[in-house]
Amino acid sequence: MVVSRPDRERIVITGVGLTAPNGNCLRDFRESLLCGRSGVTRYEIRYFGPTVAGQCDYDELRYQRKKEVRRGTRAGSIGIYCAQEAIADSGIDWANVDKSTVGIYVGVTEHGNVETENEIYQIKEYNYDTQFWSHHHNPRTVANNPAGEISLNMGITGPHYTLGAACAAGNAGIIQGVQMLRLGECDLALGGGVSESIHTFGIFASFHSQGALARHEDPAKASRPFDADRNGIVVSEGGCLYVLERLSDARARGAKVYGEIVGYAMNSDAYDFVMPHPQRQAECMRLALRRAGLAAEEIDIVSTHATGTTSGDVQECLALRQVFNGQGRPAMNNAKSFIGHAMGAAGALELAGNLPSFEDGVCHATINLDRPDPECALPGLVANQPCELPNVRYILNNSFGMLGINSVVIVGKV
Amino acid sequence: MTGAEIKEAVLDILSGIAPDEDLSHLKDEVAFREQLELDSMDFLDIVMELRKRYRVQIPEQDYPALSSMQSTVSYLEPLMKDIAKK
Repeated sequence: MVVSRPDRERIVITGVGLTAPNGNCLRDFRESLLCGRSGVTRYEIRYFGPTVAGQCDYDELRYQRKKEVRRGTRAGSIGIYCAQEAIADSGIDWANVDKSTVGIYVGVTEHGNVETENEIYQIKEYNYDTQFWSHHHNPRTVANNPAGEISLNMGITGPHYTLGAACAAGNAGIIQGVQMLRLGECDLALGGGVSESIHTFGIFASFHSQGALARHEDPAKASRPFDADRNGIVVSEGGCLYVLERLSDARARGAKVYGEIVGYAMNSDAYDFVMPHPQRQAECMRLALRRAGLAAEEIDIVSTHATGTTSGDVQECLALRQVFNGQGRPAMNNAKSFIGHAMGAAGALELAGNLPSFEDGVCHATINLDRPDPECALPGLVANQPCELPNVRYILNNSFGMLGINSVVIVGKV
Repeated sequence: MTGAEIKEAVLDILSGIAPDEDLSHLKDEVAFREQLELDSMDFLDIVMELRKRYRVQIPEQDYPALSSMQSTVSYLEPLMKDIAKK
């Protein structure tokens, strides 16, 4: 039985704002996931050359003036779009919300690489004379930039900061929002993650040097977690921010509730810079389950983290088998097979893609699973086609990152 | 560059710095800040663009000379008279 808490301590999702390579709102994103539409396309970036990536095509001028876009960063712009969409989706009377009670918690894998690369590229034209280095560099590259741009754009005067948590960052942003609401540090939280990583050649070059960058003649087939022919990560941009509120507040205003954050956990491998550690991942999932008061068999859907690397996918499967005992329950899927790895946004986006399951009773698939890798065999893996899954009550969302950072969020139907 | 050419160059720089603004009604003798939404970072952009495009160096104590189009052109004319139009 899930842990019982008073409504003021129960934190719920009341709004979703997102941009993914295959959708700029939850409805479109979900539709893409259900019909097998990939968002991965051909892409080219300076120095590195042709590759594949997940690119977003949201309208950046919907909520920003041209000048704001020019002055800010892509991560800031994605954050603003997601935050504005989430607030609009929540139906809250935003004009009359006390903005000092709103907190902004944005997960990022990295920030500043894009702007630093751009500046170095530009001063190369001036023989590396630093007097041509932009005065915009510091405000664009401070680590809080993506959250700070949201604050500036929306007039939010509560706390804002980013959480640097590698590819566990999307979940970390959600968890921080939950914690701050429970602590009374804010009354409404915007939590989730963003990524602008496709605009830095360094991330592609580094994954390539590591032997971990995906390649395929058909971009839509490049991201293939759990498949025997997988050959690495597809880097993507994107963002997803949630409006988080106390259930008591949500009920008082008659808000639509997507789900409740019933459990979460973060821990560390303390093992290796890049190699994951299945034992710690399993411990993270178990800790989240224990905090939620749930048994593993009560989880209906596991949104896996797997990125399509040769070893990383196997490690997560080892962890999943430990926790879920290799039985057919729960259903397991993977959104990266559609959109690639949206880095700091991944955890938040992948959770969003599953939230509609509470209502429509369908579990989206993992696509590109043409030759399932026996080492990645998972009994509940939903391969290539979505499956009917009536009465979904709990979704467990994995998100792991470099340096051994693990995060798990469990969302329950309200 | 002539005064008219310098004005054209500054307008081109401003169009990049203030892309949402209509510059066609800009009055030369009125301060930029009274007509456009410009802050200190934007003025630094003007200085940087002049440096990048024309290698014109403007010391910090001279920044007030950039307050209006008229004062900017007057200030830049002697500095840019030997620079070819781009």
